[in-house]
Amino acid sequence: MSIQYRKKALLEAKNLHHSFVEGETITKVLKGVSLEIRAGETTAISGPSGCGKSTLLYLLGLLDRPDTGEIFLHGKEVSQTDDSTRTNLRNHSIGFVFQFHFLIKELSVIENVALPIRKAGISKEIAKSRALTALTRLGMESKANRFANKLSGGEQQRVAIARAIANSPSLILADEPTGNLDSANSENVFTLLDNLARQENLGVLLVTHNPELAQRCSKKINIRDGLII
Amino acid sequence: MGRRRAMTMSLFGIVLGIAFFVVTQAQTSGFEAFFVKTILGTNGAIKISDRFQDMDGTVSVSSVNGKTRFHLNSRENARYIEGISNPRLLRKALNQFPQITGISEILEGTGSLSGISRSQSIEIHGIKIKDHIMVSDLEDQIIRGELNEFNLNPMSILVGSRIAQRLMLKIGDRVTLNGGTGNLQLRVAGLFETGVSQIDKHRAYLHLNTAKAFLGKRFSGSILQLSVKDPTRAPQISAQIQETINHRTVSWQERERVWLDVFKALRISSAITVSSILLLSGLGIFNVFAIMVIEKTRDIAILRSMGFKPFDASAVFLWQGAIVLTVGITLGIIVGLLSTYAISQIPLRIRGIFSTDSFMVNWDSSHYYSAILIAIVFVSIASWIPARRAARIEPAKIIRETL
Repeated sequence: MSIQYRKKALLEAKNLHHSFVEGETITKVLKGVSLEIRAGETTAISGPSGCGKSTLLYLLGLLDRPDTGEIFLHGKEVSQTDDSTRTNLRNHSIGFVFQFHFLIKELSVIENVALPIRKAGISKEIAKSRALTALTRLGMESKANRFANKLSGGEQQRVAIARAIANSPSLILADEPTGNLDSANSENVFTLLDNLARQENLGVLLVTHNPELAQRCSKKINIRDGLII
Repeated sequence: MGRRRAMTMSLFGIVLGIAFFVVTQAQTSGFEAFFVKTILGTNGAIKISDRFQDMDGTVSVSSVNGKTRFHLNSRENARYIEGISNPRLLRKALNQFPQITGISEILEGTGSLSGISRSQSIEIHGIKIKDHIMVSDLEDQIIRGELNEFNLNPMSILVGSRIAQRLMLKIGDRVTLNGGTGNLQLRVAGLFETGVSQIDKHRAYLHLNTAKAFLGKRFSGSILQLSVKDPTRAPQISAQIQETINHRTVSWQERERVWLDVFKALRISSAITVSSILLLSGLGIFNVFAIMVIEKTRDIAILRSMGFKPFDASAVFLWQGAIVLTVGITLGIIVGLLSTYAISQIPLRIRGIFSTDSFMVNWDSSHYYSAILIAIVFVSIASWIPARRAARIEPAKIIRETL
């Protein structure tokens, strides 16, 4: 497969199609979606439930493969690369934030944040130091040694963001990160992501049902019936 | 907490499984080894008895229309002539076999031995003592009297311990042997005990020439008992000898097949029974891991989203399995060693097919290797199946379903 290099866009998706098969039923979720994510920008994806927002996010995050179409990350086509390459890209270039924090309850806050750093082959001590730096950026350093399930919902989501940025990725994919939070915490989390995009020059792609938050993003994409409208 | 308890129970099962396996194998093979030592020390490794009638051997050659043909004749239905012919010539031939370490000519017959008040039928074994101690443990089996006494006096007799008990014989007593060509007055030079009750009840040793005269078989009827360097190769050596000298030749394995099969069956059945403990432990580990995979599916999916590979997910279970296995094997071997030693010290009087006053155990490393191998197989399967399931978790699907 030839590797094409493109400039400007951090992430570019071209004509993505994706469907789910259950028994004999084939449901087409994405019917030709194209978009660009740039560094330093927050992009919101919104649309009704079941329109394919999360599916698009998982395709762009290399957790799933599109039926057809191309995905360029840093100008390199990655949609059909092998599992090992995709895994490495997820570890080094992409950070996920989900609606639920998905922290591992048996680990402390700092251990949770250090997980992707350790996976990158960094020593335990350096990983903990980097994790602490990430937690400090999110104002969570004082809770570093607590167990994740002892924190409030807003704090857990901040730890999840710290974990997403711990390995210094270039892209943050957030799937309704404020969906489970009250308005004050939602505001906090959004501000954090927006600041990260501006200050760290990250690309942030945000799936949200909240029209106010979507409105505040650099770019807004609406999806309906598997198509961008 | 419950999972830890279940895991500890499985570990305990592995320890017990390995220890029991080692102990039962040590016992069954210990008794078997002692039985083999007893019968080798009593009846030798190979016996050469009757001569085949087809003295031309099993291969005959014919020529038809100028073509040479070889015919192989089966010995299954061959007829025999009782006893060996020309022992001296046979000895000469047998001396060409480097594996043979001793040859003893024996004349077997029956008679009735009378003491002061009782008499009993006995099996006479006429031997040359110097030859016979090369093919048996008779020297060690003497419990009263001296072999030298027997050697010096051609009219002396060595009697089995149970015969002596029944006829109330002591060293130096005079006994009468009836049957054969008449009566024979003999002096008891020694009592022996092989541990095999059938032998101790019925066998008595006479000088070969005395036995020949008594049984009226001066020139025929003898058999040869052989000892070999490596008794485990007796069947092959026996087959070679039979083909070479045209006499029926039987190895100890063939002779004692029934008992050897009994020991083999015991060893296998105990191995199967004890392996079930390891199997149950493996099922316990599988159960714990399978539940863990279900419980941790979401965590595994999240780890995958962070860049952990499928193998990283399975490695967690494989490592845990390996740790349980390593600890289980180490403790199992220690417990097995100590238990085997403890059992070897337990007093147990056995008389019948051999004679012992304590449990016989065999310190054989193959028992440990077998136990370890069985444990590795069961625990590996028990860990590998959940590990594979963990590796196959599709992160996108799980996260989508969780939200």
